[in-house]
Amino acid sequence: MAACSIEDVLAKAEKDEAEKLKSITVNKELDLEFDIGNLLALDKNSINLREFKQQNKEDFLRSLARDNAQLLINEIWKHPSERVEDVIVVKLPDPTTPLPREKPAPKPRPPTKWEQFAKLKGIQKKKKTNLVWDEERVAKNEFNRLRNVARAQKIKVPGIGLAPSAKQSKAELSRAVSVAKTSTASVGKFQDHLPKEKTPKNTGKKRTFQPVIGDFANEKQKQLDLLKVMDSKKPRLEITKAVNKQMREEDAEAASKRRRVPGQKGRKRNMPAKGKRSGPSGKGKGKASKGRGRNPRMKQGNR
Amino acid sequence: ITKSLKPKTKRSKRFLQNREAKLVENAKTAMILKGGNTSETVTHALKDVYALKKPNAVLYKKKNIMRPFEDPTSLEFFSKKSDCSLFLFGSHNKKRPNNLIFGRMFDSHVLDMFELGVDRFSSLKDIKSTKCAEGTKPMLLFAGELFHTDTEYTRLRSVLTDFFRGPTVSAVRLAGLEHVLHFTAQDGKIYMRSYRFKLKKSGCRTPRVELEEIGPAFDFVLRRTHLASDDLYKTAHRQPRGLKAKKKKNISHDTFGTKYGRLHMQKQNLDKLQTRKMKGLRKRKGGVKSGQTPPKKARTGL
Repeated sequence: MAACSIEDVLAKAEKDEAEKLKSITVNKELDLEFDIGNLLALDKNSINLREFKQQNKEDFLRSLARDNAQLLINEIWKHPSERVEDVIVVKLPDPTTPLPREKPAPKPRPPTKWEQFAKLKGIQKKKKTNLVWDEERVAKNEFNRLRNVARAQKIKVPGIGLAPSAKQSKAELSRAVSVAKTSTASVGKFQDHLPKEKTPKNTGKKRTFQPVIGDFANEKQKQLDLLKVMDSKKPRLEITKAVNKQMREEDAEAASKRRRVPGQKGRKRNMPAKGKRSGPSGKGKGKASKGRGRNPRMKQGNR
Repeated sequence: ITKSLKPKTKRSKRFLQNREAKLVENAKTAMILKGGNTSETVTHALKDVYALKKPNAVLYKKKNIMRPFEDPTSLEFFSKKSDCSLFLFGSHNKKRPNNLIFGRMFDSHVLDMFELGVDRFSSLKDIKSTKCAEGTKPMLLFAGELFHTDTEYTRLRSVLTDFFRGPTVSAVRLAGLEHVLHFTAQDGKIYMRSYRFKLKKSGCRTPRVELEEIGPAFDFVLRRTHLASDDLYKTAHRQPRGLKAKKKKNISHDTFGTKYGRLHMQKQNLDKLQTRKMKGLRKRKGGVKSGQTPPKKARTGL
């Protein structure tokens, strides 16, 4: 029983499909030749003369046209379609029927005078990039260049804030003033103020220390943290980091030694001993020796 | 137009450049001319074809006394002046009543010409229906064995395709397909009908086509022909090299649609291949890890 019903179901499904497709199927002896690029179809079937003469000519032609048009539409619909700005559009392939050109193929033109010259000189066409002129960068570049020049010629270069540019901003001028003020023997402590001038707050020492008698709670917390750190079994020194740092420094040293051997500049050889090197990195936070090529002379012990 | 006339403005320069030979050509334009004597049928027929071919056509009003089959120089001059490579010449006399000559040119020289006599003609005005917009690309259908067995008819099919197909496009709006031109060749006669089709819903995705006759209907009789010689025909078909599609090298597809690429590598020495760097295993000068004296050879990376 079940087998019967399955067969029935399948047969019914097939019939439904056939019904659906009936409206668009056209039976022809020979298939048409299609050239979708030109929206063209060629029907090679011979025309049934009897039908042609019997029927009204127009009706015959119309039915023939309808059949052929249906087949062509079916073929067009098989091609991929896409949606372009809320319109469904079918992408057509290239036309296949060979049609003659209008004019003969263009001959390659002889190179112009410039093209000849460029070829001779080896000039290549460069595409302009989208970079824009940046004033600030140019100014900074210029400043650095002049400083380098001055340094090379051993001219005394002013420090910060005294750039020799024509127009100086307010910030630059105020910085220049403060620099001038502090460049005295007593670091500007006894310099008089101008009538409306205020002492700048945050110039001077970069290191600040906590006051001796201040926040008791904070101090207590700090002491307890320190004890906790001392108590903990975890090593404060990260072994891997330290080892990597060590290795990197050794490599750098070896590389520079190899390079400097012909030059014999002894400056870089003057490195402190191994023990001292891991001194500042004892806390595992050796900021002073972060590998940006800092001058080893400027390390903390060596000021 | 001689090249000694150098363009003096940018606009005229662009105009002349447009008319030059190009790799990918412009859509072919047709010029529609009248002969020394024309009947009403012929004038209406020319007007209707012009309507079908707009905007890639020019309709000349004046009569031109010429015989294309005897002396095509006048036609060639016109073609050069107006930059049209297709032409339709209509005339009427006692010997050849209601004569239409369809032709095409290559390099301003006549390539093919077909003389068709109009037996029956119903114009756009006679058939009352809503017409298609001008400039719609028509679908072309050719029926009848003659169109592929007979050489003359095959060439005629080529000329008619060239004439009536619109500009070449890469994609077509599905809703905008509405014009069909149907040519049937039977018994030495050619029937041309023009329909507008409506797409009706069918059960599946592809719609059902229903036709409605609109445009001009012609019953042609093939009279004289002038086919191009074989070598001229071949020269006309020669495509420039730049047009061939560039095949991307080293890319292939298999039957499942998977895309494969090929990389060409130089020969690699597998002994000296550099794999992941393990910094800790690097040989050090001081000999931190190893207890032995370091070997005297140069330090090698891993």
